[in-house]
Amino acid sequence: MKQNNTPLLQVKDLRVEYLTAGDPFAAVQDVSFDIHQNEVLGLAGESGCGKSTIAYALMRLHKPPALIRSGDIRFEGRSILTFDAERLRAWRWSEVSMVFQSAMNSLNPVMSILGQFSDMLKAHGKISRGEIIARTAEMLNMVGIPAERMHAYPHQLSGGMRQRVALALALTLRPKLIVMDEPTTALDVVVQREILQEVLRLREELGFSVLFITHDLALMAQISDRIGIMKGGEIVEIGTTEQIVTNPQHDYTRALWSAMPVLEQPKEAGANVR
Amino acid sequence: MLDDHVDILRLEKITKTFHIKPVFGSAKTVEALRNVNLSLKPGKALALVGESGSGKSTVGRMIVQHYEATSGRILFEGSDIADIADRASQMRYRQAVQMVFQDPFSSLNPAHTIRHHLQRALRLHQPDHAGEADVCRILDEVELDPNTTPDKYPHELSGGQRQRVNFARALAVNARLIVADEPTSMLDVSIRKSVLALMQRLKAERGLSILYITHDIATAEYLAEDTAVMFRGQVVEQGPTSDVVGAPKHSYTQLLRAAVPDPRQRLLAGDSGFSSHAKDVREASAHLVTGMIEQAPGHFTAQQ
Ligand SMILES: Nc1ncnc2c1ncn2[C@@H]1O[C@H](COP(=O)(O)OP(=O)(O)OP(=O)(O)O)[C@@H](O)[C@H]1O
Ligand SMILES: Nc1ncnc2c1ncn2[C@@H]1O[C@H](COP(=O)(O)OP(=O)(O)OP(=O)(O)O)[C@@H](O)[C@H]1O
Ligand SMILES: [Mg+2]
Ligand SMILES: [Mg+2]
Repeated sequence: MKQNNTPLLQVKDLRVEYLTAGDPFAAVQDVSFDIHQNEVLGLAGESGCGKSTIAYALMRLHKPPALIRSGDIRFEGRSILTFDAERLRAWRWSEVSMVFQSAMNSLNPVMSILGQFSDMLKAHGKISRGEIIARTAEMLNMVGIPAERMHAYPHQLSGGMRQRVALALALTLRPKLIVMDEPTTALDVVVQREILQEVLRLREELGFSVLFITHDLALMAQISDRIGIMKGGEIVEIGTTEQIVTNPQHDYTRALWSAMPVLEQPKEAGANVR
Repeated sequence: MLDDHVDILRLEKITKTFHIKPVFGSAKTVEALRNVNLSLKPGKALALVGESGSGKSTVGRMIVQHYEATSGRILFEGSDIADIADRASQMRYRQAVQMVFQDPFSSLNPAHTIRHHLQRALRLHQPDHAGEADVCRILDEVELDPNTTPDKYPHELSGGQRQRVNFARALAVNARLIVADEPTSMLDVSIRKSVLALMQRLKAERGLSILYITHDIATAEYLAEDTAVMFRGQVVEQGPTSDVVGAPKHSYTQLLRAAVPDPRQRLLAGDSGFSSHAKDVREASAHLVTGMIEQAPGHFTAQQ
């Protein structure tokens, strides 16, 4: 077993800039965190604080005008910033995958759902047509979509169904780390909960880590082992979920909690958060 | 005024079936809507909530004539929209009813400034009132800076600001009904609140009617007088929002209400309790609706 104490992912002093007409804009600065094996790390913070910029940098999917100015990102101890194009291609999706923000628009519009699974599976190993169909059916079932819908094109699915397909695609190659950038924004709470429970079940079965980005703090608290809170490109506080929920240290974390809309709970008037 | 009693929008027994033809194999049909009845009063908001894939967006798209009904009628201010014959009436309808989508980016052209978007819309409605002053007035109305915003391109605005531009466009053509399909679900909490507040204000001050499609029942409570809950193409519960969201009677609505994330409760890998309960509720809620039972004045649940 490869059980050891080296974190799966180590981010150290990361600085990402966007080159603009004027001075470069540092969207992410001095960001350091680890993600351990089998850990769900939540990342929260207001719109524009740099969450997606980090997500793209981790996959090395950042494109100009974004630039990793300094710092390091290590995956299983190796710096991914040194990977050449070939290595990067083999590594991406099979070892680290991503569910993009607004994933419902990230699917290829002119290819059937089966086609998209097929492309993903074929690019990473020899596989028969029968196996592709079986695997696609299995993955669709996992996210609550009838297998027969594999022949549909993205526009023939609802927004939430497309988002679920993107999530299923990210899980297909059984990567070690999955970056989920607002993966459930188009889902109702019942389906959202079922799918996230399924992700956790799969994690128990296969073992993988998740970077979970969301603006829904309640949801984040439900799924994360640890939570990092970002503001203005920096991580202002990082700790266990328990600590961030019940005993936040930073004023900004407290402000985020108090801004959270709470639906009146009709059942029990339980203790309030914090 | 008598007009106040006429619903601005009515869906009567709307059914929509899609046919999917795969490259291989036989065609499949999807019953996206089954016998849907809905009504919306002028100056009010109706929230349409429900399961992902239950047909909410299809309802919205049929109202703006992206799709035709397989059967049933859609009445706008009392007349069947399928009967609109001449181009002029068609144009009038297309202006009166505007759709705002979830992705605030998708509906704006990245190559054009905000001024261009708004002037185009203004010209449609009132050709001689499409000047700079009118653009500013409308931006002001959706709480965007009238000085700096006109020259900006969509990518220079935040998600919340872009969504405001979409509402501004609806105002520019003087829409009377806005079909807002998950307009806030891609926005973060604070911005979401402000966009909701904008919709609330447009409703209260401009008398706009809103069909608010959402999966967030907490926001339905804030904005909508009435709420309808959809499951598998059918309406399973509807009535005043305070009843439907506050004291749901249908098992699916109750499930939806109970699944709202509670930060004190951790999700577990093997929480079969929730999943198996959800499965039972789904099975029961998928049956054909044979009638509606009145639980309280105006509050109906499906009989299945
Ligand atoms: N292509 C770009 N050019 C210049 N600035 C950019 C670009 N993309 C993002 N930014 C800026 O970088 C900052 C971080 O953006 P990012 O998308 O990472 O935020 P986020 O935390 O993911 O926000 P959200 O919650 O809205 O998704 C923002 O201020 C944004 O305006
Ligand atoms: N153009 C189409 N062709 C075939 N099927 C379609 C088409 N549009 C929608 N459907 C199907 O109709 C059903 C209802 O879809 P709709 O988009 O209305 O759901 P929704 O309630 O808006 O879901 P979500 O909350 O996920 O957006 C889905 O099963 C979808 O796949
Ligand atoms: Mg983002
Ligand atoms: Mg939809």
